[in-house]
Amino acid sequence: MATVRLKKGFDIHLLGAITDNTIVDAASPTSVAVVPDDFHGIIPRMEKKEGEHVAAGEPLYHDKNYEAIKVVSPVSGTVKEVRRGERRHIDAIIIAPDGDNDIVTHNIMGDAEQVLLQSGLWVMMRQRPYDVVPVPGIRPKNVFVTAFDSAPLAPDLDIVLGEKRQYIQKGTEVLSGMTDGRVYIGIRDGQDIVAPNAEVTTFVGPHPAGNTGVQAANTVPVNKGETVWTIDIVTLARIGELFTTGKVSHDTVVAVTGEMVQQPRYVKSIMGSDLESILKGKLTDANCSRIISGNVLTGSQVEMSQWLRSPYRHITVIPENNKPDEFMGWASINPKRFSIYRTFTTWLCGLKKPVSMDSRIKGGERAIVRTGEYDAMLPMDIYGEFLIKAIISGDIDKMEQLGIYEIAPEDFALAEFADTSKLELQRIVREGLDKLRAEMS
Amino acid sequence: MDKIQPSFRPGGKLAKLESVYDGMETFLFTPNATSRSGAHIHDGNDLKRTMITVVVALLPALLFGMYNIGYQHYLAIGQADASWFTMFLYGLLALLPVIVVSYAVGLGIEFIGAQIHHKEIQEGFLVTGILIPLIVPINTPLWMTAIATAFAVIFAKEVFGGTGMNIFNVALITRAFLFFAYPSRMSGDEAFVKMDSAFGMGDGSVIDTFTGATPLGQVATNVGDSLQMTNILGEPISCMDAFIGLIPGSPGETSMIAILLGAALLLITGIASWRIMCSVFVGGLAMSALVHVLPSATYPASMLDPWTQLCLGGFAFGAVFMATDPVTGARTNVGQYIYGFLIGVFAILIRVYNSGYPEGMMLAILLMNAFAPLIDHCVVSSNIKRRARRVATKE
Repeated sequence: MATVRLKKGFDIHLLGAITDNTIVDAASPTSVAVVPDDFHGIIPRMEKKEGEHVAAGEPLYHDKNYEAIKVVSPVSGTVKEVRRGERRHIDAIIIAPDGDNDIVTHNIMGDAEQVLLQSGLWVMMRQRPYDVVPVPGIRPKNVFVTAFDSAPLAPDLDIVLGEKRQYIQKGTEVLSGMTDGRVYIGIRDGQDIVAPNAEVTTFVGPHPAGNTGVQAANTVPVNKGETVWTIDIVTLARIGELFTTGKVSHDTVVAVTGEMVQQPRYVKSIMGSDLESILKGKLTDANCSRIISGNVLTGSQVEMSQWLRSPYRHITVIPENNKPDEFMGWASINPKRFSIYRTFTTWLCGLKKPVSMDSRIKGGERAIVRTGEYDAMLPMDIYGEFLIKAIISGDIDKMEQLGIYEIAPEDFALAEFADTSKLELQRIVREGLDKLRAEMS
Repeated sequence: MDKIQPSFRPGGKLAKLESVYDGMETFLFTPNATSRSGAHIHDGNDLKRTMITVVVALLPALLFGMYNIGYQHYLAIGQADASWFTMFLYGLLALLPVIVVSYAVGLGIEFIGAQIHHKEIQEGFLVTGILIPLIVPINTPLWMTAIATAFAVIFAKEVFGGTGMNIFNVALITRAFLFFAYPSRMSGDEAFVKMDSAFGMGDGSVIDTFTGATPLGQVATNVGDSLQMTNILGEPISCMDAFIGLIPGSPGETSMIAILLGAALLLITGIASWRIMCSVFVGGLAMSALVHVLPSATYPASMLDPWTQLCLGGFAFGAVFMATDPVTGARTNVGQYIYGFLIGVFAILIRVYNSGYPEGMMLAILLMNAFAPLIDHCVVSSNIKRRARRVATKE
């Protein structure tokens, strides 16, 4: 088993980490929703209308280009609302659960790809290039599975896995049958994952070591013209479960974390649950909180009235703006004003102490001035700054040459946090990937 | 601030000052804007902090420069026994108008530019504005400084898109403009020691034996096989004098000690690239050692030993504060070594073998500013080739 040591990156220690690993049950959700934006690359075409009944695992919509790609309902119930936003963009498909145990059973003897597509698990996977839901019919060169989440306050995936751990082997077996190459599983030091069909690699180092893109770049980098799949270990186990029992389980363990949460802990819930069922009465001050479904770097901002978003395992609640009109913040010598750079005094007190951070950007957007900031946060053989500039200037040849096929927006999330010039790097990368994808098709 | 805000928004009475208002507001208060896309938390560091840290790093050189202006002045008028405070005060009064002119002209143009483009005022000039008084000879008339600053800010920065977009170091362009437009005022006896009074302070007539040339100026005009630099009274000066900095020169450049203090802050905070800084010194040492092997009376600067070379003139100041400007320097790690090393080499090369320019640092940095993108291009190309080879070997 190989070990890869990564030096670049940074672990941000925030207040509100989970100290007690017991899992409590959340209240049963009053509504459950699927948010199409979670599955980038799919243009939804509805299969169910408002008022129709769906079983758990039954398709709600499919992709416009590949009808076989289905997105399914996580619960049995009635389609309450198809909520649309600007230009009829589907914001969410809301289902009122009926409490029945009506769940679709799949015939697992057929073609594995067809089973995955029909089961709704397909859309939980991503492909490189472009970081989108994989295109059916393309055999990936390799499959990269990450067995840990290194983001700030991230859940321990061993706990999220729980009893699904037994299906990892089956999942690996299924996926290794679908690739010409191998299934690579990236684990952190000391993690125990047994998968005879897979190549297990240990990654030692700070965030973003848990990103599949970083793991791929440090084992078998993605080249132009190749396609690889990237998934997390929990989805892998769900695939294993599907091919063992014929059913997809839509229950999930969510880490509820962050400074504004009274008691951070693991909660057992259902994919797409309404947040009230998980968070109601659990926040210290709901009015000045920012609720993030996911981690602070890549998650989506959500309201209390909304739902848990993919990958359905993490909620972080941070203060929205806890220091309005901070006087001359740029001149601060207060070590509590967190910065990873030594221009502030935080480093004198150590950067490993948990800190409070709110959602302010703390500066205006500028041209890129300081050098090497992105590279220090990106453990890949990529010149991040030059790639970002190529994307901004729309130079497709340069983007390809500089390795855009190897990256996803999440790989630049830490650089976005650390960026002195406050550029929206994840948005820039996403737009670059979308542009390239449109150009290539 | 929030109360008066509406009159600065489009349609308000003072809408023409919107950028100025925004500039002041973000200066006084950390912006309240919260993230809309991407990462929800951001590091506390921003460009304001970065630039201010550089200004703080320049303070030792600035304060020492003020003292030295006074010291040289009182030496020149034969009152070497004046107290250090008198000397400092005189220097302060002499340098303050230059600082005010530099900031007023530079920031004025930036404010206007920002308002025209409806952009936020950017911080780049904070550093440039303090660099200019430190590298312009003290006797330069204020109107020259004003013209040069305006030229540099407009043609070296704003036309390229403002802070972060310029190709050449703005402060150095200011000095280069002065150097080529008014060469007679930029060198020789009269340029570097202020002889008249400053705001009525320090009156006195200059002593007869006065020679105000900088050590490097003396070296350039040296005749014969022996070389001895003198201070303005004609007394010999050593490498140590140059290290401490009580010699004639541009206000910021004379004291190696003050510059090293600034360098320490820049390196500890990680703002300046240690790769560039170190390789400039290595390049300078290597080149001056090389020319020192073959000292010749034709090129008197070749008679200086390497350490003295580095202590004299603007070499150290340029290496610490100018070469390390991230915007105009090389941006890749490997590129920074090459870039810095070549600056050191060219600075000494110009000093020694081109007697028209006794100070080579300015031209060396500007030259390498032009080549920095090329160096980076070569470094990045190697990454591109490596990636292309990965595909090729597979097929």
